[in-house]
Amino acid sequence: MTDAKLVDRYSITNRFPSASQKADVVVIGAGPSGVAAAIAAAKGGASVLLVDENPVSSSLMGLDTPLYFGGRMTRAVDNKARMIEQIFASDPLLEAAFEAGVEVALGVYAWGAFQNGPGIAAMPEAAVGLADEERSWMVAYKQLILATGSRDLSLSFQGWDQPGVMGANGLHALIHRYDAFAGNEVLILGSSDLALNTAIMVVEAGLKVAALIEVRDQVQGDAGLAAKVRGHGIEILTGHVIVSASGGGGGGGVERTTVVPVAGGDSRTFTCDTICQAIGLVPAIELFNVLGGKLSVRTDLGGHVPQRTGLVGTSLANVLVAGDCAGLSPVDAAAHGEAAAALALAALAGQPLADEALAAATSLDAHAYHADWMAALMKVGDDSIVVCQCEEVTRGDLTAVRQPRYLGPPSKVAAKRDIQSLAADGPLNQDQFKRLTRACMGQCQARRCREQVALILAQSSNVPVAKVPLAGYRAPVRPLPMSVLAAHDEPYDMTSNWDVWFGIASQWVPYNDIGTEREAMHLEMLTDSQHI
Amino acid sequence: MSTQKGATVIVVGGGVSGLSAAWWLARSGVDVLVLDKGIVGWEASGRNGGGASHFQSPLFAEEQRLWPMMDEMLGYSTEYQRGKLVLATTEGQLKHYRYMAETFCENGSPAHEIDLQEIRERVPMSGDNILGGVHLTIAGQANPQRTVQAYAWALQDLGGRIQQHTPVLRLVSEGGKVIGVETKDAILGCDSVVVAAGPQSAILLAGVGIDLPIASARAEMIVTEPAPMMGIGAVDGNGLYGRQTKRGNLAYGGGPHEWLDVGPMGPSVRPGSPLVRNLTKRLLGLFSKAGTLRVIRSWAGVIENTPDGRPVIDRIDNVTMITMSSVGFGLSPASGHAVRDLVMDGKCSFADLELLKLSRFDGLSPNWRAEKGWLSHAEPV
Repeated sequence: MTDAKLVDRYSITNRFPSASQKADVVVIGAGPSGVAAAIAAAKGGASVLLVDENPVSSSLMGLDTPLYFGGRMTRAVDNKARMIEQIFASDPLLEAAFEAGVEVALGVYAWGAFQNGPGIAAMPEAAVGLADEERSWMVAYKQLILATGSRDLSLSFQGWDQPGVMGANGLHALIHRYDAFAGNEVLILGSSDLALNTAIMVVEAGLKVAALIEVRDQVQGDAGLAAKVRGHGIEILTGHVIVSASGGGGGGGVERTTVVPVAGGDSRTFTCDTICQAIGLVPAIELFNVLGGKLSVRTDLGGHVPQRTGLVGTSLANVLVAGDCAGLSPVDAAAHGEAAAALALAALAGQPLADEALAAATSLDAHAYHADWMAALMKVGDDSIVVCQCEEVTRGDLTAVRQPRYLGPPSKVAAKRDIQSLAADGPLNQDQFKRLTRACMGQCQARRCREQVALILAQSSNVPVAKVPLAGYRAPVRPLPMSVLAAHDEPYDMTSNWDVWFGIASQWVPYNDIGTEREAMHLEMLTDSQHI
Repeated sequence: MSTQKGATVIVVGGGVSGLSAAWWLARSGVDVLVLDKGIVGWEASGRNGGGASHFQSPLFAEEQRLWPMMDEMLGYSTEYQRGKLVLATTEGQLKHYRYMAETFCENGSPAHEIDLQEIRERVPMSGDNILGGVHLTIAGQANPQRTVQAYAWALQDLGGRIQQHTPVLRLVSEGGKVIGVETKDAILGCDSVVVAAGPQSAILLAGVGIDLPIASARAEMIVTEPAPMMGIGAVDGNGLYGRQTKRGNLAYGGGPHEWLDVGPMGPSVRPGSPLVRNLTKRLLGLFSKAGTLRVIRSWAGVIENTPDGRPVIDRIDNVTMITMSSVGFGLSPASGHAVRDLVMDGKCSFADLELLKLSRFDGLSPNWRAEKGWLSHAEPV
């Protein structure tokens, strides 16, 4: 605690209360690695809180948050209580976690994580910000294990902004975790293991696969898996790209899809009510980025991932990563979670363990693959295709750095500005495009467009996508209603020392009154004030 | 290291004050070069509430005169909107807002109290917890991110130059006069220099024997998804500053700051904190019928303050310096004009800036930060 006499009362120092809930280990994400980490940590004697946002509210699902659900969920998702039962039924390991003494919080969003470090000493302890549908609260941790999984990569084409276009993780969640998938016939984009496994999952769920569309000339995934897919009578069309999805209107979404050979040639049309983008996944690094952990670009691991000390350790001594959020790799998820728990337990015991060495990287180049898709999609689609659905920003708006439509047409000089004029002044930065075009500024928090905007910027300015700086994540990393996020429990100390700005009374004395007898009057009025 | 010709005037810092100064200089035909360590407007200039209503400043009249013309003068949109309502949820706030309205009136800007019925009509999202408010009729607000780029592009359109990603390592002096600035690659010569480098200004000026007392801090804001348009952009109060953007988002800040130590390259990180919950609580107090509106982002900016919270706009020999002490965005059209005048004529043509001279801090205690409780408790950024 700092000497109170020397602390500016309007500063944040000593203002945050201690968290209302505490655990030795908080695990975010109850997928295979998170559950394994939680069980192992609890068996090792730690108090463990395992948090998972599923079942997410149906309104967030409508914003494709956290996964790309594409509006293809049944009404079953409206019943949260039923969905909690369904999630327990779908994952027997959750029961095992309970039995091991883990406190399991389902339907709880982790919207932020904060600990002291460069630029912040205000936290009384390291803590995650959680919320359910009613309120938000803070939970203090000694060790944090992030097992937040991955998001869906989504790319744009004509008609992608209608119900029925979704991601592989979203489809998996709706079929398995929620049992609430509203589609019947699925066209799958991609042919990596992700796409092949998605096809097998769809067939095994008793649904139909229209075809797999692969932009490259060869199937990208495992030959055995591809043979299994073909064994179901499913065509894998290589060297093709999707041109458009169309529907019958009336809000029902996709009914047909047209694809063409990348090299040119005759188009083909498939009947389908769902288009599943299984082109790639994106490690879910939101919370790690909010914490200020060091990231690196690893195209063999899916893109921007936490820099690791080995298997699970990060630049933040008390933050471990496990599963897909650490980077996409074939490592066994449960073993990964257990390795994180072992390090967490050792740190809690004051006997830190060395992190295991990381296995050799695979040869996969995720960025190159994503870029091939984006290039083909840009070749067959025009500038009018919307990239950012929330803000209605098109590909053409992006490359023209066009001001948003609600500002009216740009002036003559503004119309001359474009991506090239920005690039002439220095390397492109996605956050700068956000500010000027509003792409990535919407309610879905850029889940649907963050990666494709980076791909388009890279291609339009001829730089590798790895060189486009990550558009940063900020809390809350889930869109939360004000009534939920608000600190209804704010302590009196915060309330009574709140100033709208720095609380420097002399700052607001009208210039003409400085040094006059009126100055004292102003200073009196302005002290303790809540001025503009 | 080679010495190259830089420009007649080099502006160090492509924030809103430096960009506006450079733009005003370019308008007068001066050969001007802006150097920035990163991207223009990347720090506090692009991370603030966008308010343009500063009755306390000697630049107030010029601020209010210029803003309505800025889109046309720059050639690019700033999203400027005029008018502001300030709403109170406590008697204490109401007392202060009334005082503020009176002070506005005394300083030549119409302002008046508004009744609850008018508040309900103009701010449908507000609820029964609002006790009253004031209407500042000529106060205004703009979009900081669009405005900084507008200055930069307008400057380029006039032939001015901007070099991004070019940190100035030191001011180079010879015979007691600054002759250029040193970058990673070269010394760039100039006849005079404008130091508008925010938190880093003190470090640069110290190198030529000028002691600019400033302390830096981090402040935070939140943003919601778009709300129904209120028709008056700036509705704040309840301990917050902020605005409804032309897209409809509510962008608001306020409350406690965190004092920091900022290195010569500027802040490397701008962490957020759970303060987003406290900001949200107040925003919900302001618009209590908008409880379902989602908060989708937050951000933090690092800004500097002088010991009395007032700007330093001053020229010593051929070094002109400007720090707006945490209130720079809205005043930028006028502050750039003032800097242009100081550089070219040695004197501001439209306002008395005598009380904003650096010399007012002569004799300041070297421990002033500690004495005010403004020391950083965090690791440096």
